[in-house]
Amino acid sequence: MHEMAIAESMLEIVEATARRNAAARVATVWLELGALSHVEARALVFCFDAVTRGSLAEGATLEIVTLPGEAWCMPCGDRVPLQRRGDPCPRCGSYQLEVVRGEEMRVKEIAIA
Amino acid sequence: MCTTCGCGHGEVRIEGVPSDGHDDVHRHSDGTVHAHAHGHGGGAHWHRVDDGARHGTVHDQGHTPFRTLTGGLGAVHAHGVPLARIVAIERDILAKNNAFAATNRQLFADRGTFVLNLVSSPGSGKTTLLVRTVAALDGRVPVAVIEGDQQTTRDADRIRATGVPAVQINTGKGCHLDAQMVGDAIAALPTDSGGLLFIENVGNLVCPAAFDLGEAHKVVILSVTEGEDKPLKYPDMFHAADLLLVNKVDLAPYVDFDVDAAIGYARRVRPGLPAMCVSATTGEGLDAWIEWLLHGAATAKAARDQSVEALRRRVGELESELARRAPGAPGA
Repeated sequence: MHEMAIAESMLEIVEATARRNAAARVATVWLELGALSHVEARALVFCFDAVTRGSLAEGATLEIVTLPGEAWCMPCGDRVPLQRRGDPCPRCGSYQLEVVRGEEMRVKEIAIA
Repeated sequence: MCTTCGCGHGEVRIEGVPSDGHDDVHRHSDGTVHAHAHGHGGGAHWHRVDDGARHGTVHDQGHTPFRTLTGGLGAVHAHGVPLARIVAIERDILAKNNAFAATNRQLFADRGTFVLNLVSSPGSGKTTLLVRTVAALDGRVPVAVIEGDQQTTRDADRIRATGVPAVQINTGKGCHLDAQMVGDAIAALPTDSGGLLFIENVGNLVCPAAFDLGEAHKVVILSVTEGEDKPLKYPDMFHAADLLLVNKVDLAPYVDFDVDAAIGYARRVRPGLPAMCVSATTGEGLDAWIEWLLHGAATAKAARDQSVEALRRRVGELESELARRAPGAPGA
């Protein structure tokens, strides 16, 4: 959902940083995407390609770091992996889970030249 | 225009007037955005880097779709990124919307207004429920409404017909409201303190989940004609909500809908989600909803009054101090 929009948002963030650091171009962008976030990685790559044409980031490599989903399971009293919202605890099968990780959508860093 | 969504660029209207007070975040050197695919040469390449994966090979600008590297970003840096400076950013992609939402939230706190973001699929009965709610509130607290739809002012017109101020946001091609649109719409509403502000989001069970508008709570409305498994099929929205209203319960005998199952499914993705069954047409269940609203409004108003009171006390203290230190000085 909104991958084109998100690519544009990323470009804005990346360009601002690159300009502040007097860069001629952006070589690489590292993006952290949580497994439970609202974005589909493949669609984002497609859109990033389209959106960066003619910008400082044209031709940049997009590195997507997929962060795993994690939840606090109340019956287990521990953190458990969570692949998808709506899944039960993989250990005890309970749905009493609170997501603690995996919702990130963050531009982590860039490589500039 | 949505701050993170290019869709609807230039087409957002508030009360029929194009909303143009935004930064143009999509300006490129050639003035256009191309949406068609390009070949591999010179384009972005996707390399999936998973935490804790097996040790892989050096990434290159080659043709394999992705490589797995271990150890997170440190390994990537060690493995062949050409001489270049790494600049940390750590910026949340939705930061811009969140900043507008924070501004909205502060304004609502300053006014002591209880703000709700009503979300659901189209046709769940949000507007009818609002009309009914306003009538039931019967002027006990000030009420205002912000309506969101792609087109038409029909919903805002319906609300205004009840005597309540309403502003219509038309998103054009946009599929959700964002905090910047809401901030602009607030400017068109009366500035009464206290009371309730309802934001009726665009009918959409997917997109609005991601966008904070500055509200106190998202209220998700699911009608009995929609199917009890919707919370499992659209988990993000139910996860984001703080209250579930099961609407159109007067039709429950005529459709195959298990209310308990629906609430149970919702609580799988959002443990402990409070739920109420209502009918906007018959009025069934409305008392509990109204009570919840009035309680929220009273809490918001009390919080504001407390902060105003604290400020007054502080002013009093400062004035006393001034009088002590500089008797006879202006203001002492």
